[in-house]
Amino acid sequence: MSGRVLVGVKRVIDYAVKIRVKPDNSGVVTDGVKHSMNPFCEIAVEEAVKLKEKKFIKEVVAVSCGPQQAQETIRTALAMGADRGIHVEVTGKDYDTLGPLQVSKIFAALAKKEDAQLLILGKQAIDDDCNQTGQMTAALLDWPQGTFASEVSLEGDKIKVVREIDGGLETIKINTPAVLTADLRLNTPRYATLPNIMKKKIAQVKPADLGVDITSRLEVLRVDEPPQRLAGVTVETVDDLVAKLKESGTI
Amino acid sequence: MFPASRYSSKAHRCIRALQTVQVEHAAPQLYATLNTRRTCSSVSTPRITTHYTVHSRDKDSRWEGVEMERFADEADVVIVGGGPAGLSAAIRLKQLANEHEKELRVCLVEKASQIGAHTLSGACLEPSALTELIPDWKERGAPLNTPVTEDVFSILTEKHRIPVPILPGLPMVNHGNYIVRLGNFVRWLGEQAEELGVELYPGYAAAEVLFHEDGSVKGIATNDVGISKDGSPKDVFERGMELHAKVTLFGEGCHGHLAKQLYKQFNLRENCEPQTYAIGLKEVGGIRRKVLSHSVGWPLNRHTYGGSFLYHLNEGEPLVALGFVVGLDYSNPYLSPFREFQRWKHHPFVAATLEGGTRIAYGARALNEGGFQSIPKLTFPGGLLIGCSPGFMNVPKIKGTHTAMKSGMLAAEAVFPKITAESLDSETTGLHAPEYAETLKNSWVWKELHAVRNIRPSFHNYFGLYGGMAYTGVFYWIFRGKEPWTLKHCGLDANQLKPAKDCTPIEYPKPDGKLSFDLLSSVALSGTNHEGDQPPHLTLKDDSVPVSRNLSIYDGPEQRFCPAGVYEYVPLETGEGMRLQINAQNCVHCKTCDIKDPSQNINWVVPEGGGGPAYNGM
Repeated sequence: MSGRVLVGVKRVIDYAVKIRVKPDNSGVVTDGVKHSMNPFCEIAVEEAVKLKEKKFIKEVVAVSCGPQQAQETIRTALAMGADRGIHVEVTGKDYDTLGPLQVSKIFAALAKKEDAQLLILGKQAIDDDCNQTGQMTAALLDWPQGTFASEVSLEGDKIKVVREIDGGLETIKINTPAVLTADLRLNTPRYATLPNIMKKKIAQVKPADLGVDITSRLEVLRVDEPPQRLAGVTVETVDDLVAKLKESGTI
Repeated sequence: MFPASRYSSKAHRCIRALQTVQVEHAAPQLYATLNTRRTCSSVSTPRITTHYTVHSRDKDSRWEGVEMERFADEADVVIVGGGPAGLSAAIRLKQLANEHEKELRVCLVEKASQIGAHTLSGACLEPSALTELIPDWKERGAPLNTPVTEDVFSILTEKHRIPVPILPGLPMVNHGNYIVRLGNFVRWLGEQAEELGVELYPGYAAAEVLFHEDGSVKGIATNDVGISKDGSPKDVFERGMELHAKVTLFGEGCHGHLAKQLYKQFNLRENCEPQTYAIGLKEVGGIRRKVLSHSVGWPLNRHTYGGSFLYHLNEGEPLVALGFVVGLDYSNPYLSPFREFQRWKHHPFVAATLEGGTRIAYGARALNEGGFQSIPKLTFPGGLLIGCSPGFMNVPKIKGTHTAMKSGMLAAEAVFPKITAESLDSETTGLHAPEYAETLKNSWVWKELHAVRNIRPSFHNYFGLYGGMAYTGVFYWIFRGKEPWTLKHCGLDANQLKPAKDCTPIEYPKPDGKLSFDLLSSVALSGTNHEGDQPPHLTLKDDSVPVSRNLSIYDGPEQRFCPAGVYEYVPLETGEGMRLQINAQNCVHCKTCDIKDPSQNINWVVPEGGGGPAYNGM
């Protein structure tokens, strides 16, 4: 086993920023808005670095797909302890339509190229909430997947994953190589510190170099803000309530 | 994160309660006895401040055995602050290095998560310094998209507007200038700097100044991370990093926290007047018609310095940048700059411009008003001060960006020959470059500031605003500021507040949600956020002073002058009495509290890097 782990990190609009829809309803304003690493991706990076510190794996490679600014996100991962970075350059219209299917194809190609033992991703991104990339990548690679991981331990050439599911916790054992997606309680990410940023390298590659076609099969028609929440009305008696409900056509 | 508060009626009850307590304890002297913090007060004060700058970690048992060693790195020049001054200095240094074919390592640290995210200004930019620095700025795509075409100056009354003619020669003539979104301009400057090879590190705050054995400045250390709210180390605790340099340039902007330490350390303010300030609040929103206007008068009375600006922006969607400035030497503790700003928007002239548009941004920042009289000593062994930190703002013009940039450029030019010289020409290990102050004195910056030096202090007369305007008309417009005298300011802004009992509370109208807004939704628009589990960075020298002095004498003015709702007086859980609650996460890094606190008890220190507002082109 190569002992190499690939971690996918996504650059998203910072969670604390107020989102604004573009005046032409084609999307959300991103120009100049504060972006940061997707919180679940931070947890994924932390898990990879922890595995390296425990000597289960030898190298952590951070990967991000996007325009020039994606390098900032990779740099954050490097500052947290990743060894090197790969920036898959996708710009302009291609970036606007880049979705889980295209990213999965890119990650699958990279995982093969880098001979990765493990691919760790965040469970979902906070901008699109898709929760699809990890699962699709595993399917494309025909690798086992441990999604919504809240605990990961390597036992020989198998991985024990405790998954957070609706009913509680599920423990599974899967073979390597595998895809894991990180859930909230997996760990507490460390801070990105300055000394680490200064010395590490980021390689650049294009989707075409990996033989991946990133044309999208989806077209965004319109983006709207959620409807304004209307104020409630207080009623004095039950009769008033019934009258109001009848009025609004609910009953 | 945003608790609501209804403070005025509770505060009144509290004052009456505390006044009876005061009689027994002769409390006003409490401020003088800072050494006996915990022993004298019989009213128990819940612990507020946990920051290590107040409670040292050396004697703290929770820090025993924690690795405090810091990683250190060397650069030729370290610049603190990625604003117009810092970036201009960095660019100029690299330009000189390329010209003379010398290698130069320039590192710039900036507390915002990205360059431009903490930048807030009107702003009407005079391109003089920019043209000197980067003559082909237009070809390089500098975001100066809105040249000033027409300009309006008015005195507002509650319902009407009195236009004031802008005669050529008055400081507020704007011909040849550009309305810019300064955050975008600073971001563009950052890109120019990176292209030249400057190492930019946004998201890392300079938290500590480092000194050599001989007392000269060695560099800075970035902030520690991973300290929990109660001051103890978390699992993810990591020390900041040390950046050593031959010389360090401090460009922290108005009222920088490291500059505050440096003034004391090197006694830089012994021959100048204390700096005076104003707070500027700004919003960006949709617009109905093009306008470029400044106003004075309503809603401020003639003794409170301040005014408004309203600039249309020519950038894609029709937008307007609007804002309100209030001089921080105001005397009524019931004044709320934020609510004056919201009230001003209802004036018919302003409402006509804003109606129908939506507000997309909000922010606030303190700015300098001291001008020429308040410029401190600018250089010290190992470092120098640039930009709004020492303060080169031309107050009547309300422009400081061009002078800040020029000061950065001159600093670079003064420092460059010293750091690239074959032999170290300095008595101290940290380089001293007094040439910077000399070249600044011979430059247009000095002439400009000298000519307008008396305009702001001229407002301190019986006629207030009108006296000031008359003085400007005579001595600046006619005599060009050549009068032989220099008027003084009134002293520290913090000392100007009158006790609450001598002032009348101001009745502010309720926000209507269309033109005017409440504080908390405004703060949300600034995008400000901080890691919650860290010691509050608004540190108090003495935790008991807010209730015993600020609240009892001045009715807690920090509840009103903070533009982000950080300070709240809430009832104690045990019943009678109030305590100060600090909502540090709301802070927009404006520095007003550090300036205006009548007890000068609040010391703003830098929080973990990356925290703070997320302004986009403000």
